[in-house]
Amino acid sequence: MDDALLTQVEAAESDLRTAAAARLAASTFDEVIAADQKIEPRDAMPEAYRKTLIRQIAQHAHSEIIGMQPEGNWISRAPSLKRKAILLAKVQDEAGHGLYLYAAAETLGVSRADLVDALLDGRQKYSSIFNYPTLTWADVGAIGWLVDGAAIVNQVPLCRCSYGPYARAMIRVCKEESFHQRQGYEILHTLAHGTEAQHAMAQDALDRWWYPSLAMFGPPDADSTHSERSMAWKIKRFSNDELRQRFVDMCVGQAEILGLRIPDDGLRWNEQRGAYDFTAPDYAELMRVIKGDGPCNRQRIEHRRRAHAEGAWVREAAEAYARKHATATVAA
Amino acid sequence: MSGWPLWEVFVRPRRGLAHGHVGSLHAPDAEMALRNARDVYTRRQEGVSIWVVSAAAITASSPDEKDAFFDPAADKVYRHPTFYDVPEGAKHL
Repeated sequence: MDDALLTQVEAAESDLRTAAAARLAASTFDEVIAADQKIEPRDAMPEAYRKTLIRQIAQHAHSEIIGMQPEGNWISRAPSLKRKAILLAKVQDEAGHGLYLYAAAETLGVSRADLVDALLDGRQKYSSIFNYPTLTWADVGAIGWLVDGAAIVNQVPLCRCSYGPYARAMIRVCKEESFHQRQGYEILHTLAHGTEAQHAMAQDALDRWWYPSLAMFGPPDADSTHSERSMAWKIKRFSNDELRQRFVDMCVGQAEILGLRIPDDGLRWNEQRGAYDFTAPDYAELMRVIKGDGPCNRQRIEHRRRAHAEGAWVREAAEAYARKHATATVAA
Repeated sequence: MSGWPLWEVFVRPRRGLAHGHVGSLHAPDAEMALRNARDVYTRRQEGVSIWVVSAAAITASSPDEKDAFFDPAADKVYRHPTFYDVPEGAKHL
């Protein structure tokens, strides 16, 4: 999958260059979209397109920032120095991804401070998956393999998104995510081939993370409110259900190599469809978690608010230093 | 943070290549912008040199003026070497 992933990202990059080379008779919004070229920040665009992108990119950025918490929980308890260094690098990447995305959102005319406020006071959401707790070290592996894996399946098509700054941010993000997924898979592989207790811990993590990971692709197509218009605008390229299927088909072989069992009695190869049949996640649970009633919703937001408040003095000190320095420069 | 200016970040990937735009960030001053750009945009040896430029200091052409700005170049094919017929046998042209 990972080679295929990077190949797909590179293909998106090269198609971007090819499409950009074509000369358009006119460059209205519709023509640019039809020619698979990119809309850039100061181009004319429908207000609803702008709003949809702000909502989607902000939610994505918030997910990266909140997503640091479940894994950050294990940095101090990683089982070795190597694992700790890797986990630190990964969590730092998530912060970086959040920043790329906030910067992309700002090109649409919103301020990062307003987006941060919208996250802190609950006006904007983040991915439901980060409201589940990381109970054991194996959960760090499961997050890398399944959660980052699902995120990649979602994000690779976004490298072709019609909005230039978002597409470019996603290319960077996807290239870095591939390390995240591999490191998680390696953790689980090590545990699954360790002692009996370690194997059981890996299986338990898969049991708990499987369905929430499937739910990351959002509600089924029939109930997806924003999908159709986003597809027409080429923000989105595949439906929720198509991407979910792609993810399941990828995971089956990977789970076999781990020697772990995907917790789904309905999972079987369907010759006719050329894909696996599987049990859908509990969408009612997904809705409950999105609405704020997941296992860790309150904890995640409280932690984020506290970190933001406790960092205030650092931001103030940096500002004071900049002011002092600016005055000194003028005086000299 | 609300008042922190926006900085555009340019990175030279390797010796011999030009700095290219990679993204932007907020920082209270140029020094912090440079340090933050190092952390945000070059975690994987993406560069050997970074420029940060205050976004407020950039004057950009407007998409509305695109035609007036760039169309005059469209009908001047004679600016490209491929416009010219080179007589057979002429060398070093």
